[in-house]
Amino acid sequence: MERRAHEVTKQRDPSLPKGRQIADSDVAEVRALLGGLPPRRDLLIEALHRIQDARGHISTTHIAALAEILRLAQVEVYEVASFYHHFDIVREGEAPPPPVTIRVSTGVSCEMAGAYDLIDELVAATDPNFVRVVAAPCIGQADGAPAAWIGKRIFRNATKDQLLRAIVQDNSTPDLPDYETFESYRANGGYTVLAKVLSAEITPEAAIETMSGAGLRGLGGAGFPAGRKWGFVRGYEGPRLMTVNGDEGEPGTFKDRYWMERHPHKMLEGAQIAARVVGCERIYIYMRDEYPTVLEILRREMVALEASDIPTIPMELRRGAGAYICGEESAMIESIEGKRGLPRHRPPYIAQVGLFGRPTLNHNIETLLWVPEILEKGADWFAAQGWNENHSGLRSFSVSGRVKEPGVKLAPAGIPLQRLIDDYCGGMADGHTLKAFLPGGASGGIFPASMADTPMDFGQWEPHGGFIGSHAVVILSQADSVRAAVLNTMRFFRHESCGQCTPCRQGTAKMVQMLEMGSAERALYDDLLMVMGDSSICGLGQAAGNCVKHLMRYFPEEFSQ
Amino acid sequence: MSLDQTPLQVITFTLDGREVTAAEGESIWQVAKRQGTDIPHLCWKDSPGYRADGNCRACMVEVEGERTLTASCVRQPSEGMVVNTANDRVSTNRRMVMELLAADMPARDTSPDPDAPFWTQADAAGLTEAPRFPSSRPGAGKDIPVDSIFHDASHPSIAVNLDACISCGLCERACRDVQVNDVIGMGGRGDHAMPVFDAADPMGLSSCVACGECVQACPTGALLEKTLLDETATQREVIPDCVEPSVCPFCGVGCQTEVSLKGNDIVKVDGRQGPANRGKLCVKGRFGMDYVMSDERLTKPLIRREDAPKNPHGHYTFADIPNLFREATWDEALEHAARGLTRVRETLGGKAIAGFGSAKGTNEEAYLFQKFIRQGFGTNNVDHCTRLCHASSVAALMEGVGSGAVSAPFTAADDSDCILLIGCRPEQNHPVAATYFKQAAKRGAKLIVMDPRRQGLMRHASHPVIFAPGRDVPMLNAMIHTIIEEGLTDEQYIQAHTDGFDALKEKVKDFSPEAMAEVCGVPAETLRDLARTYAKAERAIIFWGMGVSQHVHGTDNARCLIALSLITGQIGREGTGLHPLRGQNNVQGASDAGLIPMVFPNYRSVEDPDIRAEFEDAWGRSLDPERGLTVVEIMHEVAERRIRAMYVQGENPAMSDPDQAHARKALATLDHLVVQDIFFTETAWFADVILPASAQPEKPGTYTNSNRQVQVAMPVRVPPGEARQDWKLIAELALRCGHDWGYREIDEVYSEMAAHMPSLDNISWARLMREGAVTYPAVAENLPGENIIFTQGFPTKTGRAHLVPTDLVPPDEMPDAEFPMVLTTGRMLEHWHTGAMTRRATALDAQEPEPVVAMHPRDIGRMGLQRGAQVTVETRRGAITLTLRADRDVTQGMLFIPFCFVEAPANFLTNPQLDPFGKIPEFKYCAARISAADTATGIAAE
Repeated sequence: MERRAHEVTKQRDPSLPKGRQIADSDVAEVRALLGGLPPRRDLLIEALHRIQDARGHISTTHIAALAEILRLAQVEVYEVASFYHHFDIVREGEAPPPPVTIRVSTGVSCEMAGAYDLIDELVAATDPNFVRVVAAPCIGQADGAPAAWIGKRIFRNATKDQLLRAIVQDNSTPDLPDYETFESYRANGGYTVLAKVLSAEITPEAAIETMSGAGLRGLGGAGFPAGRKWGFVRGYEGPRLMTVNGDEGEPGTFKDRYWMERHPHKMLEGAQIAARVVGCERIYIYMRDEYPTVLEILRREMVALEASDIPTIPMELRRGAGAYICGEESAMIESIEGKRGLPRHRPPYIAQVGLFGRPTLNHNIETLLWVPEILEKGADWFAAQGWNENHSGLRSFSVSGRVKEPGVKLAPAGIPLQRLIDDYCGGMADGHTLKAFLPGGASGGIFPASMADTPMDFGQWEPHGGFIGSHAVVILSQADSVRAAVLNTMRFFRHESCGQCTPCRQGTAKMVQMLEMGSAERALYDDLLMVMGDSSICGLGQAAGNCVKHLMRYFPEEFSQ
Repeated sequence: MSLDQTPLQVITFTLDGREVTAAEGESIWQVAKRQGTDIPHLCWKDSPGYRADGNCRACMVEVEGERTLTASCVRQPSEGMVVNTANDRVSTNRRMVMELLAADMPARDTSPDPDAPFWTQADAAGLTEAPRFPSSRPGAGKDIPVDSIFHDASHPSIAVNLDACISCGLCERACRDVQVNDVIGMGGRGDHAMPVFDAADPMGLSSCVACGECVQACPTGALLEKTLLDETATQREVIPDCVEPSVCPFCGVGCQTEVSLKGNDIVKVDGRQGPANRGKLCVKGRFGMDYVMSDERLTKPLIRREDAPKNPHGHYTFADIPNLFREATWDEALEHAARGLTRVRETLGGKAIAGFGSAKGTNEEAYLFQKFIRQGFGTNNVDHCTRLCHASSVAALMEGVGSGAVSAPFTAADDSDCILLIGCRPEQNHPVAATYFKQAAKRGAKLIVMDPRRQGLMRHASHPVIFAPGRDVPMLNAMIHTIIEEGLTDEQYIQAHTDGFDALKEKVKDFSPEAMAEVCGVPAETLRDLARTYAKAERAIIFWGMGVSQHVHGTDNARCLIALSLITGQIGREGTGLHPLRGQNNVQGASDAGLIPMVFPNYRSVEDPDIRAEFEDAWGRSLDPERGLTVVEIMHEVAERRIRAMYVQGENPAMSDPDQAHARKALATLDHLVVQDIFFTETAWFADVILPASAQPEKPGTYTNSNRQVQVAMPVRVPPGEARQDWKLIAELALRCGHDWGYREIDEVYSEMAAHMPSLDNISWARLMREGAVTYPAVAENLPGENIIFTQGFPTKTGRAHLVPTDLVPPDEMPDAEFPMVLTTGRMLEHWHTGAMTRRATALDAQEPEPVVAMHPRDIGRMGLQRGAQVTVETRRGAITLTLRADRDVTQGMLFIPFCFVEAPANFLTNPQLDPFGKIPEFKYCAARISAADTATGIAAE
């Protein structure tokens, strides 16, 4: 941990009261940076963003001044700022970070595509006083690996030369793709389903029934039936709130970004419908900071929607700050409340006690974007889209790694992996044969090619100690080391563990150390996997060891190498 | 129906094969404990105020049908649940949790605290082998490297060794939930998540107030008292011999303590579950007790040398004692002390004698002291420092509601939905009481904080109000005006329980918020909002301190507060009332015991012949039928040579009285001054005889805190050298002045005192020994005392409270061209009263070692001064030189000086002008000027 050197008894300055003192001018500076942001605790992260965006860092003086403005203790600001990796805290006497930061994604696919070589090349080619190169967790561009991120600009299939050219450009605004705006979405028949819900042509009961019949499941990874969730939350006494989880951080997942960069209003209409049906008073959309393009699209399109004649439930856009754990719904709620993203204990579930203590409906983006179409075309239509009668609906698979055509593949739920590769991805990349794959990002486990006929759906991988989760499929070939991929996932979980509970905080760190040391003591791994799986508070710690478990089970030669 | 009458839902579930029941809100851990199963735990502290966090995972249990295990400390059982607290899966998981944590810990033997709960819990969880996991911490498995990046010894009292930290967050909950000091948090994330102070600052440079709650909570010794560690501050060195119960000697909160001793030395203090503190302490109680072990304790009786005249301008230290005094035997010293008093009695009469007792001593000492003065010399010239604190509050309360005591404890804030604090800074002066206010605010209660200076509590307040100094009456009358004008009064209550409302109503007509806004510096709309918030609250309570009382209009200030509560009926119910926060540990008790010139014990008038007859019968002589003189009046009479001899026990008028140059000159003129103390105080400089006495942990007796809780403390250590018990010294002097009291033990004194005090009915010595603390009044020996009084009217002649209208009286000395600043005085967190004790407490003095005057940085800039430089502050009475502190809490135009520093005594400057009713001086307001000091140091008085 980054702490300052050894301290011996210090005589504090008697000419000042205890603790860090600030001047009225410091408060004025931060007040100006906040602009019109209301001084509310739940907006703490947004306030920190405004300082970081304007100054390129957050000084301890800023922290103290912000604390005074928000009427918080300094530590309440510091602990939040230090939890999120996109805030650079600069202490008195320390130099601020260099003006340019290149974040190179080091997810499994990006590592396979040479991300660490790219980092080395960039470090060698740049002046550390001007450029900082950061190995970042997956930034949701695995189909463009290796990917990098400067300011608000994303660079896919990035090369050293491309990035070196980019650092002298203005990267302060995102490149907006050609997407379906409010006008075009409406012209294409958008928001008609919402209109039916508003006019009670579709009643809440009917909507819930259709959703349940369609078999739509939570596509953030947990797979909870959406219709049932609507029924639950609606059953709790209001006021109720809604959250939209756009913190798509599971390594290898990029489907939500894909949809939001093309059809943002599908999700917005779905969210408005869900909030109407369930009776939520406000919608909080939490979008990961790694998606500056999506954030900008949303900013524009939410304004367009709210300015239209369509009656809407108020929406608020919140921006993450570099914390995978905030994709866990209760951690996301803590983050929306302006706190560190620590998952909560269950029970109570957020459906009962969620955001600001209110019953909360939370949905993933992809889940919501199916809502208008399902309500329009009916439960049977959607249910019939599955691979066979055992599987319902369509899924957006994020496929990356050694396939010819990586990307988001809209395919039937339950499709066997091999068919997904062959029919949707143009087969394996030239010269590569399937060796292993991750069916559900870093946490869903890693399986050998021999299991490529297993249906890609919820409930299919659990018997083997894995899961499909967010349908982030990473394909490894004979050219790749499974062990390296497993270590990559474990390093990721150590980096992203919130640090709250012992099994996850200690377990991920110990596991990385053991793998790095080349330890092959099975009993030690088994004990560690057991305590992480049984005793971690949330899914991160419980699932973090899946890949290691599979390394031992399916790839013993690489485990003991 | 109150909460405790609500029928609790009972949950039936199966615990380890047995059917058990849980009350609503009970955790599985708590039920298991009740059933006799101790589930290992680290981050869960089984103590009031600590919420379960469930993060360490040492207390995992299995709930049948659930995929994963669950933390029993945080999980509540549900109907029909089947829970296993002991099977292989559960025990393996717990052992693994312990092993994972132990892997990063230093070796037990060389860890900061080998006796810490972590190690005993690891034993309980079955961790017998050395941990198998690698660690990246440099100190793992061995001793902590002295240059460890996790080691922080920057704080004078607390050593931080995060090499032994398990990131369980108990310190954070201690700091944030229990004490609400909000200094500690968890910084970073993942395996970098560690406790931090402020913005990850060294603890000693952070805003930490050293309440030490984190130390008491830490389960590993990662946060530990430095007194227990070796010189590297990483390894435990001191193991106490025993732990004894005691009561804190500092402020009026009355925290119960647990004192750890090594030999005769106090090495550690913890909070006990007392009714006032619920396990909490502040920096003084926890880290300030080494004053009793000070090398400067008086250990021998001393008699002034004939070649050492009293010098009113002298400045002395402990080392000067041999130049001024000679050591004497007890017999000689006591005889000399008594003879000096009897000589004055015989030549000039008893009224030429006066005594200052102490609010720091026991009730028994206070009772004996006033008995000695009254019986021994036939005079009522006996007083104590309550005169300088709450005399005006007591005057107003006696007049208004017939009792000077608080109507509700500060813990009533728990039940209140509007808490009004005015003229008090409890975070500094009553830190543990402040925790209840902050907790109430966190739970959503309205918190109104009114003060001329900004303060930390205002961050928690729904209504922070900075008003013009000395303008309490216009502000409060504007609130009363609003309440009456807007029909927010409780008519029924007024009719049933008060008189004088019409006069009040008439008087406050002139005090509209619109008219008063400019006078008090608070906008009219805010004044109206304050009035509405207080009046409309279901339950509202008022707390106040010296900022209200220490004014020439102090009694009027208190009258306004009393009126506010009476006209809204915010008194006599749970969560309502009036509470003047008492400054000293026994100021309530000393006043109750009659250490006041106007009254015998229990506030019974010396002027009432019937009452006097009772005491004359009891004490066997005729008593003075006239009120005696008060503290400041006595000093005045001394200066006029009408009082010629004094007995001062544990008081320090040479530091605490206003216009100190005058006070010291007076003391120097006394024919005979007996000082009984534990230190060579500034008052002792003028003594003829000094009697070395006992410190609080060395003596038996009872203390009554601000909440009317009578608490008993027995000696935990022996006094140094020849120092003796105070009560025995008073009795010895009485004997030598002709009154053989014949007490053998302290309980006899208590019983005699209680016999004169109906307030102590049903509170026998035996009961106190049994229960430790009893609130008065108590209606029966077997029933708890009454926390809330005035539930059925008031102890006045009519049974009704009396509303007293007040006028606008400006402070006595307003700023002018010559003296343009307003000087206010008070305390600081670390130093208590005149500093006699706390300046001699190593850790406290390390925190605040030198006299300072605090001023707003803008004023400093405007006047071309430099913070940190020596400045001279001057008033019409004197000047002192001290360090300039830049403090944004001080309003522009004001200066604040704590009065605890002998090097620069604030009371050289203060105005001795008295409140006409309470006879309390105006410590909180006088005109002053400030300039860069010509000389570097030194007292520039006169």
